[in-house]
Amino acid sequence: MGERITLQSAYGEVLKELGSKYPNLVVLDADLSKITQTAHFAKAFPERFFNVGIAEQNLMAIAAGLATTGMIPVAHTYACFATMRACEQVRTFIAYPNLNAKIVAMSAGIEEGWSGVTHQAIEDMAIMRTIPNIAVVAPSDAFLTKKATEAIIQHRGPVYMRFGRNAFPVLYDEKVSFTLGKAIQLQDGKDITLIACGIMVERALRASEILEKDKISARVLDMHTIKPLDGAAVLAAAKETGALVTAEDHLAASGLGGAVAEFLAANWPAPLERIGLQDTFGETGHPDKLFEKYGMTEKDIAEAARKAMQRKE
Amino acid sequence: MPVSKELIQELERKAKGLRCDVVKMCYYAGSGHPGGSLSAADMVASLYFHFMRLDAKNPKWEDRDRFIMSKGHACPVQYAALSRRGFFPEEVLWTLRKFESPLQGHPDMKSTPGLDMTSGSLGNGLSIGVGMALGARIAQKDFRVYVMLGDGELQEGLVWEGAMAASHFRLDNLTAMVDYNKLQIDGENKDVMGLEPLVGKWQQFGWHTIEIDGNNMTQVVHAIEEAQATKGKPTCIIAHTVKGKGVSYMECAVDWHGRAPTQEELQRALCELGEKGGKA
Repeated sequence: MGERITLQSAYGEVLKELGSKYPNLVVLDADLSKITQTAHFAKAFPERFFNVGIAEQNLMAIAAGLATTGMIPVAHTYACFATMRACEQVRTFIAYPNLNAKIVAMSAGIEEGWSGVTHQAIEDMAIMRTIPNIAVVAPSDAFLTKKATEAIIQHRGPVYMRFGRNAFPVLYDEKVSFTLGKAIQLQDGKDITLIACGIMVERALRASEILEKDKISARVLDMHTIKPLDGAAVLAAAKETGALVTAEDHLAASGLGGAVAEFLAANWPAPLERIGLQDTFGETGHPDKLFEKYGMTEKDIAEAARKAMQRKE
Repeated sequence: MPVSKELIQELERKAKGLRCDVVKMCYYAGSGHPGGSLSAADMVASLYFHFMRLDAKNPKWEDRDRFIMSKGHACPVQYAALSRRGFFPEEVLWTLRKFESPLQGHPDMKSTPGLDMTSGSLGNGLSIGVGMALGARIAQKDFRVYVMLGDGELQEGLVWEGAMAASHFRLDNLTAMVDYNKLQIDGENKDVMGLEPLVGKWQQFGWHTIEIDGNNMTQVVHAIEEAQATKGKPTCIIAHTVKGKGVSYMECAVDWHGRAPTQEELQRALCELGEKGGKA
């Protein structure tokens, strides 16, 4: 695989560009502006940047207040703190009044690696997708992140977007387009569909190469929006390929895997295997080691695909 | 600036009207929070009938002053003020807490015309007010933001995150008002989780403070004028009040934090408040 870029560096660049285009864009950070890369925006638009210190509940409540005045606040912190420490502020004061505030969260998943469980959000998408009104987005590469950023700012209403910590492989180029709630089909296939988000999209692509050696043709979907889920794409996959695998750097049962399972159960039951953390916390270590230990490599995805296919009727 | 006797008397009449509405609303609803609504009635009356720049015809007017009832359970008094200020008809008040009423059990900005913020979960309003005050600064607007805090909710940590931020950002367009009635559900603040020295706490957090009798209209009006004139820092008005103020049997009685009057109790309350005939 080739080039790797962190999503937050792409994000930091585009956020600064959008600052000129959207005069009501306001950026909030909680003492992580060098990591979240909001420092570029801060330098260009100091009057529209506020560092609230290490105070995530305050961060979300201030964002809510700003949104009521016609600003488009974007609140930044780690995914753990955005969704758990400040969960109620997001739920009651951003989501319930359906305010036009955005939350962009870093260091999601065990891909975070070295800091350990306190800083590895593996529940964030699950928490956010249970809350009415909030869209949940997990981009897979730097180019898609840039497009997603403008799309969520244009979208009227609350959005939660999560990034990992480390450089993600480049999958797209500047021609990629992002539509909230519309999956990107990276390749077509007829035997199985691999549905992935975030860092796992590239692993799904590699899994499809493994499967191809066994003459198994895999469709690969980049499900960058977990909510609203692209039901049409999931339904087509279930009907046309007959079996599915989801892959995410998150608890498998409650994030993307949960969303797809719920959709299939209600619309078109089909064999489904879910790759991700299986009701367990992560731990400290190199991400590659963690992905191996917790069954989240391309080999695991390929194996899951074979299992799902065996259950086809 | 000297405040005219007529203004004070007029605002006192308004406050009495709000108190009548509060007890009636809780009676019709069969639940609700009269105690903390009555203690805050004088401050709410002074804001809605004198200080706040509002337009009932245009509830979302972007230059309007904002009010956040951070102690959201005291919403009956705010609903009453909005209605008497012309945002919706009086009969709506009697639908409080009922199915499909625009007056939810705790404030919902999407349901009630003129309501600037959703609230009810305690401790959040001050930080939200910080966001509104920053919004005013960015948009270069001169609207003011008022946040009514309960005393009990000062036990929430987030209040102090908001207090720190407001003074850090020098938000002199933000005024906090503590309805210091000394009571919360489980008893007196001092027994549940003491707040003193309260004025000192706000001062140490960088706020201008004014300590008043929050049920004395003259003092309330002077304090808000002083807050408006204070530059470079936010102002906190620590208002000593009587929970249940205006209804003798509700005053200083912790049980009246969250219960509705019976019909008999209602008649007595309305008589005491001097509403004609004391009829609901």
